[in-house]
Amino acid sequence: MKPSAFDYISVDTFAEAASVLGEYGDSARVIAGGQSLMAMMNMRLTQPAVLVDIAGIKDGKSIEIRDGSLHIGAGVTQAHLGTWPQLSQTCPLLALAIPHIGHIQTRSRGTVCGSLCHADPSSELPLVLATLQGEVRLLSTRGERTLSADDFQIGMLVTRKQSDEVLVEARFPVAKPGQRYGFEEVSRRHGDFAIVSLACMVDGDTISLGVGGVADRPTVKRWRGLVKSDLDAVLNEFAWELGGYEDIHATARYRRELVRRLGRKLVMETAQWTA
Amino acid sequence: MSDSEASTKYVGTSQLRFEDETLLRGQGRFIDDLPVSRQTLHAAFVRSPHAHARIKSIDISAALKMPGVKAVVTGADIWPLTKPLMVGFTNPMDYRGIAKDKVRYVGEPIAVVCATDRYRAEDALAAVVIEYEVLDAVVDTIDAARDEAPVIHDEVGSNVVSRRVFTHGEPDTAFASAPHTSEMTIRYPRNSVTPMEGYAIVAEYTPDTGGYDVLSNFQGPFSVHTVTAIALNVPSSKLRHRSPANSGGSFGSKLTIFPYIVVLCICARLTGRPVKWIEDRYEHLASASTAPNRVTKVQAAYDDQGNVSALRLTHWDDHGAYLRAPMPAPIYRMHGLSTNGYKIRNVEVINHIMITNKCPTGAVRGFGGPQLYFAIERMIHKIATELGLDPLDVLTRNLISADSFPYRAPAGALIDSGNYQQVVADAVAQGGLAELKQRRDTARAEGRLYGIGYAATVEPSQSNMGYISTLKTAAEREKAGPKDGAVASCTISVDALGAVTVVGDSVPQGQGHQTTLAQIVADVLGLKPRDITVNLETDTQKDNWSLAAGNYSCRFAPASTSAAHEAATMVRNKMARLAGSQLNVSGEGLEFKDGWIQAKSNPENRLEFRRVGGLAHWSPSSLPEGMKPGIREVSYWNAPELSPTSAKDEINTSLAYGFGFDYCGVEINRDTGEVRIDRYVTAHDCGTILNPSLAEGQMRGSFSNAISAALYEEFAYSSDGAFKSGSFADYLIATAAEVPDPVLVHTVQTPSPYTRLGAKGIGEGNQYSTPVCLANAVADAIGREDIVLPLVPSRVFEWIHDEEAAPPQGAGKVLKETDGAVTGEGETFVPALPQIVWDALLDVDKMARIIPGCRSLRRLTPETFQGLIDLGVGPVRGTFDAAIKLSHMQPPNSVMIGGNLIGPLGASRGSGEVRFQAHEGGTRVIFSYSVNVSGTVAAVGGRMIAGAAKALINQFFMTLVDEALGEHKNAGGSGPVKSGFWSRLRGVLGEKN
Repeated sequence: MKPSAFDYISVDTFAEAASVLGEYGDSARVIAGGQSLMAMMNMRLTQPAVLVDIAGIKDGKSIEIRDGSLHIGAGVTQAHLGTWPQLSQTCPLLALAIPHIGHIQTRSRGTVCGSLCHADPSSELPLVLATLQGEVRLLSTRGERTLSADDFQIGMLVTRKQSDEVLVEARFPVAKPGQRYGFEEVSRRHGDFAIVSLACMVDGDTISLGVGGVADRPTVKRWRGLVKSDLDAVLNEFAWELGGYEDIHATARYRRELVRRLGRKLVMETAQWTA
Repeated sequence: MSDSEASTKYVGTSQLRFEDETLLRGQGRFIDDLPVSRQTLHAAFVRSPHAHARIKSIDISAALKMPGVKAVVTGADIWPLTKPLMVGFTNPMDYRGIAKDKVRYVGEPIAVVCATDRYRAEDALAAVVIEYEVLDAVVDTIDAARDEAPVIHDEVGSNVVSRRVFTHGEPDTAFASAPHTSEMTIRYPRNSVTPMEGYAIVAEYTPDTGGYDVLSNFQGPFSVHTVTAIALNVPSSKLRHRSPANSGGSFGSKLTIFPYIVVLCICARLTGRPVKWIEDRYEHLASASTAPNRVTKVQAAYDDQGNVSALRLTHWDDHGAYLRAPMPAPIYRMHGLSTNGYKIRNVEVINHIMITNKCPTGAVRGFGGPQLYFAIERMIHKIATELGLDPLDVLTRNLISADSFPYRAPAGALIDSGNYQQVVADAVAQGGLAELKQRRDTARAEGRLYGIGYAATVEPSQSNMGYISTLKTAAEREKAGPKDGAVASCTISVDALGAVTVVGDSVPQGQGHQTTLAQIVADVLGLKPRDITVNLETDTQKDNWSLAAGNYSCRFAPASTSAAHEAATMVRNKMARLAGSQLNVSGEGLEFKDGWIQAKSNPENRLEFRRVGGLAHWSPSSLPEGMKPGIREVSYWNAPELSPTSAKDEINTSLAYGFGFDYCGVEINRDTGEVRIDRYVTAHDCGTILNPSLAEGQMRGSFSNAISAALYEEFAYSSDGAFKSGSFADYLIATAAEVPDPVLVHTVQTPSPYTRLGAKGIGEGNQYSTPVCLANAVADAIGREDIVLPLVPSRVFEWIHDEEAAPPQGAGKVLKETDGAVTGEGETFVPALPQIVWDALLDVDKMARIIPGCRSLRRLTPETFQGLIDLGVGPVRGTFDAAIKLSHMQPPNSVMIGGNLIGPLGASRGSGEVRFQAHEGGTRVIFSYSVNVSGTVAAVGGRMIAGAAKALINQFFMTLVDEALGEHKNAGGSGPVKSGFWSRLRGVLGEKN
């Protein structure tokens, strides 16, 4: 359980990161908190020749509200965001989800943007980004581009980020008055990979329900004018669409059942419907 | 002077552990912290990705050329320099800690790379090229016994390596005459208790003696030292084994480090340099040691009140790929207790020792108890259910009565002491059973799933070294000679300044033995515990040790303490005689108190303890007639109650027997299947308690392990033998957050008459009781008989719910994992005719482009291809050798594609059927596939496999589409293929977004 040999390059700016990535391309990986990457490297599941460490970039540490979005720099840790005083007013769904990410020890190193780039289908932050229709900003020597959450993560551990690009920041839309949020997760133990995680947003007569852990990426359904009597049917349809998979922790059926049962509970609570 | 005159100022009191300050300051001396010679090489193991395969060839030439690599040692190198590692009965299995011609489980060592550092050693693993012939594997315990099952050890000829039938009393008569009989089959899972520190060895060859010098965290029993010496072909005096001051936990697992000691010793011999190996977590989980999983058919005969007259236990005990000494000990360790703490006089036991393609077994905290008691206590619950009685009434009715001790159980256990009824009464009162029943009533009235479970267990401590011989027939035992007893040794010396040093053979792994021994010796010698230096490092060339030495089966409290007490008493007797000669008082007239040796009748007449100690060194002429100089007393303590197995196969398996009684209330969440422990009450009588805070620590530790076993832990294998629990993300253990705070009941202490301090073990109690107590509670909550651990919510959910809601019309395809394989199916449309698609698939250049990540591909025959492929999902990537075969070719309508991949990350085999149907001027491509994955990636990345397989197979077909279109693209129209690769991919799967 030792990684293969690699070169380590610590950069001071995102431009420098982009330049190094432009040079090394597919053989390089960005490291920020390293909470997933180092474990994979130690098991030699991944063997990058170059690690580009962006944790020292000063511009990457900021959390700002701008243009109706919460801008989170690539160096911001999950713990930093979780303890940011304005979080529960600005972005309540993030505040609900962050305690479910791993453990306090991993959150103190793991970064918000690193989690988005890692694109684990069970991860909480990609689910929140997808549910809120947030965006990510990518930089390379070729220029800069912004991708919506839906365009960004395209499969298990796979995103549209090219190997020469560095994710500079993530943008989560700031909550508007009247929106309501809920988050629910089932894992074997607290901090384990979610078997199913659910994020809900109710905005007027639109209900959004995002599901992680069931398909190969977080998947969001949005219903306008949904009535309570149709809830079970739409959740059953959603559950079967997601399909699910079986591993040693849960059957595919169990994952679908949690989408139905916890989805119902979460939508009812968030929409403040009475049973 | 008699033993009983020693004060009990410290024994029985809570003392802070002397060990802790060092550990809490991070100053522990664990093997990996200790310096080694600059010459030392570091070992890394090539391990099997297959559960069962013949090794056709091993090519180490490329690995030997890697930087820093000094040697690559294989089974072919080990065999000529070793003999087989023996077990407790004659059998033809040839096991030497490394594979030679065949691999028999995933993770089995095949080659050892010895390099200048561990990184370089691991770099070279991928360069060792091994050719396998993959064989069918057998994983299921019962399947392994079937005639058609693959035989894992050809020389044994069967996967049932031992079958023995034991009859104690008259079970047939009891069953024939009983008003009621019941039967159930239980399955106990495969688990372990995983220490923080895994195996660690530094092995050196000493050419001057022709022997070996080994430093390792081996835990005993030291009987295995002799097994190791025989395998290394040296006298045991030339296998010097030392253990360091600190070991990062063991819980039994470090018993089975000894096969690695053999391998590392040979590596050291062949390289002429010390070789060090620190086991990593994957290695530990895949390949160190687990408890045997077991299937038991349990039958009971009983009357209308639930009085049980007989039991029949048919066990299939699953030991994985090899037996290693002292296996199959767990099942025989419990043999004498086959009737638990019940006054059942008739029992039949049938033991099948099974071999399967899984990791071999070893010692695990609880050692055979959890499996046995799961069967018996589930049966007690079932009897109550069948008769409509309260399970607690049935349980207590059958308990051995307090006036029957010592009680000889039918299978031979001589249960020394106890008051089971009092323990139950104390637990019922202190744990609030009446209120718990009210909580159940309330919960059920509200429609919630709530149950109460009970378990009573006899808790054996200090094993009879002869019990494994019970596996042999009486005639075989007669021939081999008697084996019995369990010796403990202790050496206590008093130096020239009167300082006391205790050297014991308990090899602790964090339990606080130093503290307890200091308490005991301080009491005997009238000193303070802090005055006593306790050294429990071991050195087989310098210390006194016995075959039983070590840290296992709750040996410390009965045995090691008895030896220490005896040695301390010997020191005291000598010093009393010496002091008496100076004080003109007989030895019996003296007392040892507060650092003084003084006349009982006149305490003013006294000498300082240290001065008396000094006298024995400084002035031999002052010693009484016949007394030897110096003070160094060695105790070899044994218990005569540990007699050999009788001609009728009765065996007193252990020396001291504690008792535990537990009950609990659980609630099951209907929506998630999660089991919440509402309250857990546990009571233990472990005889005299030596240090209450250490005893409580053992109870809480054992309880935590048992909660973990009941709710989380399982070494999972696919039916093809792929190992699936290779990291702590998949082999889950309870953390502090998951373990409820149990109600610890204060109850009686019935001292053992057979140990010097009356102490019995307490380290394994909840291992026995808690898993089955929780299972009984779940059975009560949901009214189900077949309760299988661990209580995975997904599994519990399916116990309490019928079929799920049907899919609406047109729902997407679901990936299934069936029988260890990932299966799937899909369909796509190519706007080109079937013949064109067919040609694309059969063209080697096009095929190379179709196969995701294909680096090179060549055609061997018209149907077979060989190549090199880079595969991965996201950042997870590896290079694999690929062999591809086409069959059942019906151009241009259908073909079967089969493939095998192998690389450092593991092995995979897959097959698929592809059909081409002409459709609206193009071709419908309909495919189905099945993929098995084994090796590292299956063990640590199980979550990824289904998704990765899906992504790669779809990539294959999407590229096929592109290749088929090729120059026909422009003519082919538009359709879904133009709308971007990933949305096409999802289209293939029938997913909607």
